[in-house]
Amino acid sequence: MKSGIVGYGVYIPRFRIRAEEIARVWGKNPEAIKNGLGIREKSVPDVDEDSVTIAVEAARNAIKFAGIDPSKIGVVFIGSESPPYAVKPSATIIAEAIGATPDLMAADFEFACKAGTQAMLAVLGLVESGMVEYGLAIGSDTSQGRPGDALEYTAAAGGAAYIIGKEGVIAEIIDYYSFATDTPDFWRREGKEYPRHGARFTGEPAYFKHIISATRRLLEKTGIGLEDVDYFVFHQPNAKFPLRAAKKLGIPKEKVLPGLLNPVIGNTYSGATPLGLAAVLDIAEPGNLIVATSFGSGAGSDSMLIKVTDEIERKRGNTPKVVDYINRKKYLTYGEYVKHRKKLKFD
Amino acid sequence: MAEGSVPAVWRRYPQRYRLVGSKCETCGEFFFPPRIICPNCRRKGKVVEYQFSGRGVVESYTVVHTPPADMEDQAPYVLAIVRLEEGPMLTAQIVDVDPREVKIGMPVRMVFRRISEDGEDGLINYGYKFAPL
Repeated sequence: MKSGIVGYGVYIPRFRIRAEEIARVWGKNPEAIKNGLGIREKSVPDVDEDSVTIAVEAARNAIKFAGIDPSKIGVVFIGSESPPYAVKPSATIIAEAIGATPDLMAADFEFACKAGTQAMLAVLGLVESGMVEYGLAIGSDTSQGRPGDALEYTAAAGGAAYIIGKEGVIAEIIDYYSFATDTPDFWRREGKEYPRHGARFTGEPAYFKHIISATRRLLEKTGIGLEDVDYFVFHQPNAKFPLRAAKKLGIPKEKVLPGLLNPVIGNTYSGATPLGLAAVLDIAEPGNLIVATSFGSGAGSDSMLIKVTDEIERKRGNTPKVVDYINRKKYLTYGEYVKHRKKLKFD
Repeated sequence: MAEGSVPAVWRRYPQRYRLVGSKCETCGEFFFPPRIICPNCRRKGKVVEYQFSGRGVVESYTVVHTPPADMEDQAPYVLAIVRLEEGPMLTAQIVDVDPREVKIGMPVRMVFRRISEDGEDGLINYGYKFAPL
C-alpha cells in the first residue's frame, strides 16, 4: 500500500458575515460584488479563536478519524500566514494540545495560501522515507483584508488537518507536482497588519499560470486523463477563479463544485485547498480519483493525485463533516465583525 | 489577565491544554486539577496521570454582563461549573452558544481557545473552554 491520508479533520468558526453587509458599509453595489467574486458570505473567528485554536480543533478531529494514538505522531507541520506569534512556533502549541509531545519534530510553514499543502507534501516525504510512522499536516488561517479592500469580502477563517501514514490509508497520495516562480502578486511586509496585492495581476500570471501548469504537469507525469478524475479541488480566493481554471483545462464544473466552498465560507487561505479536499473526501466513494491543486501567492502550486480506498467507509462517521460546520452559523453585523477581528484601535 | 510567571503558566500546560488530571487506582476517584496524594486512601493510594475525555454537563452557570477589562469584548458570556463525565467539576467559559440557550444539565465538550494574553507583547495563554456537544 502506498502512503496517504490515514485520517482528516476540519474546523470552521461559527460566525459569518454576508457580502452585502460589507458592501453596505463601503457603499458598494452588493449584487456587483456577489456577481464579481461569486461569494455570498465568509466565516469569521470568535474573539478567542486564532489559527492555532482552529488547527487544534481540526487536528483533534483528524486524530479521532484516524483512530491513532497521538503519541505515535512523529511530525507536526502547520502551514499558515496568520500565526499568533511572529517568533514562536505554532506547531509546538498544537503538538502539546493534542498530546503528541515530546518525541517529534515540529515546524511552521509559510507560503501564502499554499503552506497547508506544502506541509502535507513535506510530511508525505517523511512518511515515505520511513523517518516517521505518522505525521500531521495542517493548513489553518484567520486572514484579514484591509477594511474596504476587495479582499475584505473573502478573507476568512478555517482549517483542515491530515494524518499521513502507511497503515489504515483512506486515500492514497499517488503522486504530486509542485510548481513555483517568483511572482509578486500579493505580499505583506513585517509588522504590517494588512497585505497588498497586484489587483488584476493576481489572475493570469499568478493564479492561473501556476494552478494550470501544476495540474497539467501532474496529469502528464502520471499518465492520467482529465476524464479519469472524478473530482478537482482548486485553491479558491474567490468563487470565480477555480471555475475559470476548470474551463481553461476543459473540466466540467460538476467535478469542481463539490470542493468549492468559497461562496459559503470565503477564502480560508492555507486552509482553503485542504478544506475543499476534505469536503470531497466527505462524499467520495472507494476508487474515486481526486486532483487537489493549491495556489500560494508569491507564487506556487502543489498538485496531488489522490485515490480513495475502501478503508474510508470503515473509518468515517465519527467526526463532523465540512457541511456540518458550514451549516452551523451565526451572522454578524459589520460592527460586530469589526470587534471580532479587533479592527478597532483604542490608542 | 495576569496569570503569574511564565514558568507557573507553562507547568500547567498539560492540564490547561488537554485536561490531564489524575486518578487513584486504589479507590477509583478522579482528580482535576491533578492531585499527587489521594485524600481518601492516603499512603495506600496509587495516583496516576489520567487523560480526561473532555465530555461533561453544565452543573450550574452564570451570565457575566460586567466583565473584567480584558474580557469586555466577549460580554455577555457564560461562566459555568462543568461536571466532567469522570466526576470532577471545574469552572470554565461556555462558548459557541447564545447565553439564553444554556441549560443546567446541558452536555458539553472541551474546546481549545485563547484564555488570555499577557499584554500585546506577552505570552498568549491557551486552554480549555466548553461548547455544546
